[in-house]
Amino acid sequence: MAQQIKMHLLVCGGTGCRASESDQIQASLEHELKVHGLENEAKVVTTGCFGFCEKGPIVKVIPDNTFYVQVKPGDAREIVEEHVIKGRKVERLLYTDPENKEHVADSKHMGFYRKQIRIALRNCGFIDPENVDEYLARDGYQALGKVLSEMTPEDAIKIIKDSGLRGRGGGGFPTGLKWEITRKSVAEKKYVVCNADEGDPGAFMDRSILEGDPHVVLEAMAICGFAIGADAGLIYIRAEYPLAIKRLKIAIDQARNYGLLGNDILGTGFNFDIELRYGAGAFVCGEETALIHSMEGSRGEPTFKPPFPSVEGYLGKPTNVNNVETFANIPPIINKGSEWFAAIGTARAKGTKVFALAGKINNVGLIEVPMGTTLREVIFEIGGGIKDGKKFKAVQTGGPSGGCLTEKHLDIPIEYDTLIAAGSMMGSGGMIVMDEDDCMVSVAKYYLDFTVEESCGKCSPCRIGNKRLHEILETITKGQGTMEDLSKLKNLSHVIKDTSLCGLGQTSPNPVLSTMENFWDEYISHVVDKKCTSGVCKSLMRYVIIPENCIGCMACARNCPVNCITGERKQVHFIDQDTCIKCGTCLEKCKFNAIAII
Amino acid sequence: MSSIKIKLKEKDIAQIDEICKSFNNEPGELINVLHKVQTTFGYLPAEVQDVVANKLNMSVAKVYGVVTFYSFFTMIPKGRFPISICTGTACYVRGAEKVLDEFKKQLSIKVGESTPDGKFSLNCLRCVGACGLAPVVQVGEKTYGRVSPDLVKDILKNYE
Repeated sequence: MAQQIKMHLLVCGGTGCRASESDQIQASLEHELKVHGLENEAKVVTTGCFGFCEKGPIVKVIPDNTFYVQVKPGDAREIVEEHVIKGRKVERLLYTDPENKEHVADSKHMGFYRKQIRIALRNCGFIDPENVDEYLARDGYQALGKVLSEMTPEDAIKIIKDSGLRGRGGGGFPTGLKWEITRKSVAEKKYVVCNADEGDPGAFMDRSILEGDPHVVLEAMAICGFAIGADAGLIYIRAEYPLAIKRLKIAIDQARNYGLLGNDILGTGFNFDIELRYGAGAFVCGEETALIHSMEGSRGEPTFKPPFPSVEGYLGKPTNVNNVETFANIPPIINKGSEWFAAIGTARAKGTKVFALAGKINNVGLIEVPMGTTLREVIFEIGGGIKDGKKFKAVQTGGPSGGCLTEKHLDIPIEYDTLIAAGSMMGSGGMIVMDEDDCMVSVAKYYLDFTVEESCGKCSPCRIGNKRLHEILETITKGQGTMEDLSKLKNLSHVIKDTSLCGLGQTSPNPVLSTMENFWDEYISHVVDKKCTSGVCKSLMRYVIIPENCIGCMACARNCPVNCITGERKQVHFIDQDTCIKCGTCLEKCKFNAIAII
Repeated sequence: MSSIKIKLKEKDIAQIDEICKSFNNEPGELINVLHKVQTTFGYLPAEVQDVVANKLNMSVAKVYGVVTFYSFFTMIPKGRFPISICTGTACYVRGAEKVLDEFKKQLSIKVGESTPDGKFSLNCLRCVGACGLAPVVQVGEKTYGRVSPDLVKDILKNYE
């Protein structure tokens, strides 16, 4: 029967598109195909994330690669009747190029996809993640077969070392070297751990890989197991990712049934199996040692390194911890060779990096670009520029551990070291774009709010220091800050960085330091002029009446919850600043544009 | 954290016992046990933690330490319709705070609280991975995208 299928309708089943009813689109498409008796000719497939979340839900038609955007369940009929039956594209569902206003049918001609090279995401949006056969059809488990039948563990490690692959979870430690150290640790039991505890707010690449291509992680873990001499793998995944957990479970079962996990894999005598471990919502568990303690059933508090997990990890045994995206790069490297991989990227950073592009940007989504691509290319070409034609102000990379980069950093190539030199970091790949309406002091406060909540409390610099940083920022945003507070802020930040136990505390002041470095003027205007130029800090805002526009209708005065607006009918009103609570009701109620925020 | 006192029934204790047994009463499985128990009871009151500690042969302090460490575990019962506002960075820069304020205002409760009738509870979560739809609000299993403060009333109306 399968040979008769001439057309595939791929429906995105990622979290974003699911939230916009993509499961109903799938059901409607299947229903329409049935109504027209086409169920043997065209097949609906739910895939992982296509990446272009901004324009979701997405439906892609294969073989002609037509890319439909913002599809609704009600569009299913037209897609089937027009496209599947008559072979005519449904023009109104095609992507419109914002520059020339023309419809673009094929995704590879869209600005969003043109500069991307997909290695880690290569199967996301192409295969049904719940069907191992589709993964096998795209060279799945070929790398594992190759390693087991043709290589020694040392050969496998050498390929990964030569490829120059570095950890994609944040630290950027060379992956091959980590494997080698774990291999050399002598013990009767070793573990491979996949860190899928994606905790950065605004980063969702690991979840998309797990949801869209779960087998790649299993295959890579088995390869790693062979290389380091481990027979057990554990995936530490957030309990908040139910869809990823479901698909991983399905994938593990399928791999076991096919003899790709379990005992005597592919008849080579190699044993390896994988289990899931659930996180419970703690950002610090992204740190290796904290993650291991959490897997052991304890509080996820980090411990001092050395000993490194490669020597003494889970249950005291040598443990190799890699992140999801790092693993997703392993099978292609084995299949295509280290030279192929090392040729992509720059001298110090090889391959590609996945970024979750979000915030005030036109094309929110998941992208994968070669290392060395500039921030400008990412934000303005792939990302399509700033939303609503506003002005670019900053881009935050590296999550709560990273920093805010500005206009002057736009042309630096994205690499581990260049980002650190600019005062930020790669992190796991969150990239949040901010525009002129964002107050950078508030952004710093937002991140500190996060850190204070997520600090495990074990070491005092992080537990107490970050709390003090947050308090000072709170004072500044309330308009009560002094110049002395600014120097305190800076000093304390350095102390926390220098004296904290783990990566969380050592990087948590970065958002403060980088905003102070790049947006000093804004700090000064909060402290000296008592003004928030972006109009974000409520306490620094003043609602005033514009006398020329006020007709004295009394709408504002009647609705003010604290009765701070006075004035007679048909006469200009007045807002008492001492009583005003800045709720904004007057602005909402005024029909004559007579209220302004200054 | 919580001052709610409850009395566990025989059958509840038996249920916890069963969950612990399914993990071989292994202390290392504490987090998995707590996940299961919370799914069953909806939350982890002190009395439940007492039983878990007993079954896994560890101190109540250790169990309490783990429960309070992880934000996924809660000692307060959630409402019938738990509302979670995503306060991840993407949602934050697209106005999640204003949406949160509106929910607080409409429901007259703070974050972490439930309405007196037990219908709604309000919580924040960090990034659900649907940044393209920011700001995002989840009510139970249902996700609402591109929520603005003036849509809050309409969302709540769906649950009347």
